[in-house]
Amino acid sequence: MPIREEGFLETVYHLKEGPHGRVLSIEQFCLWYGEKQALFDVNMTVEKGLVTALIGPSGCGKSTLLRAINRMNDLIEGLRTDGRILLDGADIYSPAVDVIGLRKAMGMVFQKPNPFPMSIADNVIYPLKVDGVRDKRVLQETVVNALESAALWDEVKDRLHENALGLSGGQQQRLCIARAIAGEPDVLLMDEPCSALDPVATAKIEDLMDELRGRYTIVIVTHNMQQAARVSDNTAFMYLGKLIEYGETSRIFTNPKVEKTMEYVTGRFG
Amino acid sequence: MAADDRPVNETAAPREPGIMIDATRRPTAEKHGPEPLNPAAEQDPNAPRRSMIWDFKARGEPFLWGFGGALAVGILMIAAFLALVLYNGILTFYPQPIEVITLRDGTMVAGELFRSEVYKPGPELVAQLAEPVRKEIESKEGLVERFLYRTGNFDLYNQDFRWVSDYEIAKVAKPPGMVFFERIEWGPFVGTIKQLDLNGTILDGKSLSWAKLRKEQESAAHRRDRIHNIERNEIATVNYYLEQGRLKLRKVELTYGLNSLEYQAAQSKFKQASEKLDADYRDLSAEAAAIKERDAKYTITLADVSEKEKTLKLSDIVRFYQANTLTFNGKLGVYLSRWWEFLSQEPREANTEGGVMPAIFGTLCMTVLMALAVSPFGVMAALYLREYAKQGRLVSIVRICVNNLAGVPSIVYGVFGLGFFAYVLGAGIDRMFFPERLPTPTFGTGGLLWASLTLALLTVPVVIVATEEALASVPQSMREGSLACGASKWQTIKYIVLPRAMPGIMTGLILAMARGAGEVAPLMLVGVVKMAPELPFDHIFPYIHLERSFMHLGFQIYDVGFQSRNSEAARPMVYTTTLLLISLVFAMNAASIVIRNRLKRKFSMGQF
Repeated sequence: MPIREEGFLETVYHLKEGPHGRVLSIEQFCLWYGEKQALFDVNMTVEKGLVTALIGPSGCGKSTLLRAINRMNDLIEGLRTDGRILLDGADIYSPAVDVIGLRKAMGMVFQKPNPFPMSIADNVIYPLKVDGVRDKRVLQETVVNALESAALWDEVKDRLHENALGLSGGQQQRLCIARAIAGEPDVLLMDEPCSALDPVATAKIEDLMDELRGRYTIVIVTHNMQQAARVSDNTAFMYLGKLIEYGETSRIFTNPKVEKTMEYVTGRFG
Repeated sequence: MAADDRPVNETAAPREPGIMIDATRRPTAEKHGPEPLNPAAEQDPNAPRRSMIWDFKARGEPFLWGFGGALAVGILMIAAFLALVLYNGILTFYPQPIEVITLRDGTMVAGELFRSEVYKPGPELVAQLAEPVRKEIESKEGLVERFLYRTGNFDLYNQDFRWVSDYEIAKVAKPPGMVFFERIEWGPFVGTIKQLDLNGTILDGKSLSWAKLRKEQESAAHRRDRIHNIERNEIATVNYYLEQGRLKLRKVELTYGLNSLEYQAAQSKFKQASEKLDADYRDLSAEAAAIKERDAKYTITLADVSEKEKTLKLSDIVRFYQANTLTFNGKLGVYLSRWWEFLSQEPREANTEGGVMPAIFGTLCMTVLMALAVSPFGVMAALYLREYAKQGRLVSIVRICVNNLAGVPSIVYGVFGLGFFAYVLGAGIDRMFFPERLPTPTFGTGGLLWASLTLALLTVPVVIVATEEALASVPQSMREGSLACGASKWQTIKYIVLPRAMPGIMTGLILAMARGAGEVAPLMLVGVVKMAPELPFDHIFPYIHLERSFMHLGFQIYDVGFQSRNSEAARPMVYTTTLLLISLVFAMNAASIVIRNRLKRKFSMGQF
């Protein structure tokens, strides 16, 4: 396969299509932090019900892209974007969009577990609380369902009203996942969810992602290539703010079409 | 990414170990010149290792001693100050024995030993003394020790302290019969009981039983309290309602005019009411007069050590004890009862005796009101500055201004409080709501409200700065977590940021309260007085009287220590009041710290 070495002008695609079509399409998306451009003309889609991994060396823009999807980047001053991100066909950057509503449609799990300083149950129902849900029965069901989905129920069912900060790191991260799915989001965004965890906790989170596959669309940013290979269906490789290659995970890790991808996944740089 | 212009193979991976080598070698290479890499340079075992000399300087030992020393001096000063206040404050109320001194010229002096000092009498004074005394002084290199006795009996001798030099003393004794009396007026009396006149029944002092005297004194104290209650509370209430009626009438006059029907109706109503109140007043004063008349028939005659006699009403005696025969428990009883009086009674004798209850009450009220005013104000200002305002030049300027406000001398705030709060705001309130009271100001002069607001203004920078820091210390990940859940900015602040920042905000409030409670200078302008006739809280509607002037412990210290007729007599009071003020500030701080720590434990358990 001939491989372009310079410029990376065009992205190479060979993605696996999901059974339910696409949920997100990112079109010509550019992003600037002040004067510095962080994303260059990113074009990609996220398939519904599949797990999509974003990989690439530090500073390649994968977290920026992830945070652009639920507009968490809005908090940064001097930020500018161009292009579109369509969620079910509607541009999330159009002025008419309610950012709060948008974030409710997306669950997000962060690099470091960030449970709130309140009880475990209160953490899980936080998205409902800010939505104004007061019905005790609904809240109770949500706690049980979300914790069961996050494979945490058995460990915490006897101490739902204890402070969440008393949990272990891995449990805290699963609690954050439970919190993220409690609001029934369309897409679950995970920003290096295992980078602060030990291998056992990491394995549990990966198992959990496997279980959530199909029920939720997951976009995960990871530094750990084995993890990307294990959990994802499609993988996007980014480099210097550009999307280099986006395709089926097995192909990316065994036989990528771009040499840069090959160099990265075989550990020659990054 | 710094890797743009490099070939791929030379990026981060191989660079890491290289940096590590640099880091370990660089100091040696720089400080030792070229040779350390050569092992031959270290062959001579006796040669001083240059690296050790370098280490010594680099560790900054001299600075360390300086830092430690500075801290030690600071701690020492605080400890010494606290020890001084504690020692003097705690011992003041402990009863001392009464010494009776016979001087060489035959005069008798009786009193508590207050303190002593060594001094050098002038040559003309020494020349007047007898030969053996002079010799004695010369043998001590011209130094003489003198003792200050608290002799009391101000009404007999116009002084209640007396210096006695050691060469004057012929004999010192502690006779068991000496009694120490504390009186409502004229300070203490030191002497013996001559006789007791109980409404015509005369009892001789020598055969008098102590229990009988105590019983009579208690019932006399009861009468005194009753008179006090009638005059200060019941008659004061009648007067208050009378004044209210008059003001109401004046208001009708101001609204409708003197010749209106409304005024005439109000006038007749006022007449009826005031007649009834006048009758009440007459009844009460008659009752008080009757008790007073009876009270005047119970008298006690005391004699001092030179047999000078003084007869006074039994009810004028607050406390008495036989100082030289008191057991330890007895002393402890006197000690505790004095503390109780100090904490629960009103002051007497221009604040130099009695209690400081109104001042404690005033200090507490003012501090609490100040905290109530400053906390929402400061926290909201900080929330806007930190969470909502666009961080730019303007916000930086505002922040600098807030910090500078903290450095403005407090008396300036006092002047502002008086000029703006009392004379502008207060005068406006008076014109609008209390026109009938003019020209007597209601809010148009210093008072509890204006003092609290002035102090709130003084302490608001502390709260703003502390709150801003507390808000800044809430991790960004918490806010992001909340926003990612679909919470609005306000919900994030309400549910996540504020609870997390609460311990820090509490710290700011503690600092503000401590500063406010100890502040005196601005208060002297905006409402603190030497003697407030009424407390700011009482049984008359609306119960809280924010316009009233009040007493304050800090001002009490200043007033008693520097403005009273007898600074020697006032000194113990200064120490006890200082101790009390420090304890009060300490107690308020401790309470807030307990609350803060409880919050802290809730919010900052380990992350993992």
